[in-house]
Amino acid sequence: MLRVEHLRIGDLTPLSFEVAAGECLAVEGPSGAGKTRLLRAIADLDPAPGQVFLDGAERNEMSASAWRRNVRFCAAEPAWWTETPRSAFPADTAPARLARLLHSLGLEESLLDRPVALLSTGERQRLALARALIDEPQVLLLDEPTAALDAQNAALLDELIKYHMLSQKSVILVSHDPKQIERLAHARLLLPKPAGTPATGERAA
Amino acid sequence: MSYVPLTPLDLMLAGALLAVNAAISWAFSLKLEKSLAVATVRMLLQLALVGLVLKFIFAQTSPAWTALLGLIMVVAAGVEVMSRQHRRIGGWQAWGLSMATLLFIGVAITGLGVGAIIGPDPWYAPRYILPILGMVLGNTMTAISLVLYTFTETAARERASIEARLALGAHRFDALSGVLHVALRTGMMPILNSMATTGIVALPGMMTGQILAGIDPIEAAKYQVLIMFLIASATALGSFFGGLGAIMLLSDSRHRLRLDRVAAARA
Repeated sequence: MLRVEHLRIGDLTPLSFEVAAGECLAVEGPSGAGKTRLLRAIADLDPAPGQVFLDGAERNEMSASAWRRNVRFCAAEPAWWTETPRSAFPADTAPARLARLLHSLGLEESLLDRPVALLSTGERQRLALARALIDEPQVLLLDEPTAALDAQNAALLDELIKYHMLSQKSVILVSHDPKQIERLAHARLLLPKPAGTPATGERAA
Repeated sequence: MSYVPLTPLDLMLAGALLAVNAAISWAFSLKLEKSLAVATVRMLLQLALVGLVLKFIFAQTSPAWTALLGLIMVVAAGVEVMSRQHRRIGGWQAWGLSMATLLFIGVAITGLGVGAIIGPDPWYAPRYILPILGMVLGNTMTAISLVLYTFTETAARERASIEARLALGAHRFDALSGVLHVALRTGMMPILNSMATTGIVALPGMMTGQILAGIDPIEAAKYQVLIMFLIASATALGSFFGGLGAIMLLSDSRHRLRLDRVAAARA
């Protein structure tokens, strides 16, 4: 279970909430409300006052590496630091497991050895999700995971997220797709409109 | 064979050559006249002052005076490192990093070169220590500012992929290893290039000076080789400490990339 207590993101009132094991919390709000910043703060990628507990242990009680192995942020625009996706996966990854994971995302294994620059946006996004899931983190922080996917592949990804939750993992999902939220989320968190923006219309991201 | 002293008239004749710069600036409306005038006056004042100060300090031959001028040189080099950054790295830590690195390398490499290798009498002879310290500091300064500059620019550009690695649980040294690699190569490249080409296109400044002063060219070449070795090791050390410091400054103990510690790029 992930528990957030008095976490301060920018000017927002401090946030407190829980996500139980096997459940999904959807974070909603207009652009600029701080959805991505919230996910980054939970993953401890940005300094943010407040406490975050995983199964009773506060994040500062463990090393940052250990925390992020369990509480994993998956960015909206995935970035790669290797020539091919394969070398970004841990060396001790079981090949059969990786193959299963890729197939469940509708990806061919041969994509692993293709130069990252030649992959489509959707392929990069799904491979990044596979990279985030391969060592089974306790909590997944997904930032618009299906933004670059067509309906069919988005459905595959939703199934994978559900499957992930079945093994008692938690998910925090940022999505602009109300149907996806309906399909996956057990609870919702609505972030208010950022201060200083007009009452109507979304602020440009 | 001895050297020919210059008279003020000689310098005025040479200075008249600046009319070429002024003419080009005027003909093409480059508006460089003011910069030219300021640069000329600054050069005259600075070199005259340095000449006077060195004359005074050489006359004293006292360790204290030598150390004082050496310290001023370190501070000036540190200020120069920081002012060369495109994105200012915040806080006293960055100043401390460059000053401490320059001081350490200046003392260690100059001490090694003058104290252990050249061995003048007395060992603190400012005639040896100050020029060599100046060359060591000048090159170390360039190396540190290149490394810091390359590191911050590369980290800012590669931010997404660095944070992707951190998000997967990577240690900050692993996540920043690619950036460090680029920065270290950039910092150490100039001295390698100048070692490889020295003497072919132009004689190095110090060797030129010794030859003009009437020293045997072989002796002058030997000194130049010694200086190149000192400078090469100083820039390697400067790059290493600069790169290590950049990692510490741009990340924190929770292995977060802290680009917020770097000011936005200057216009």
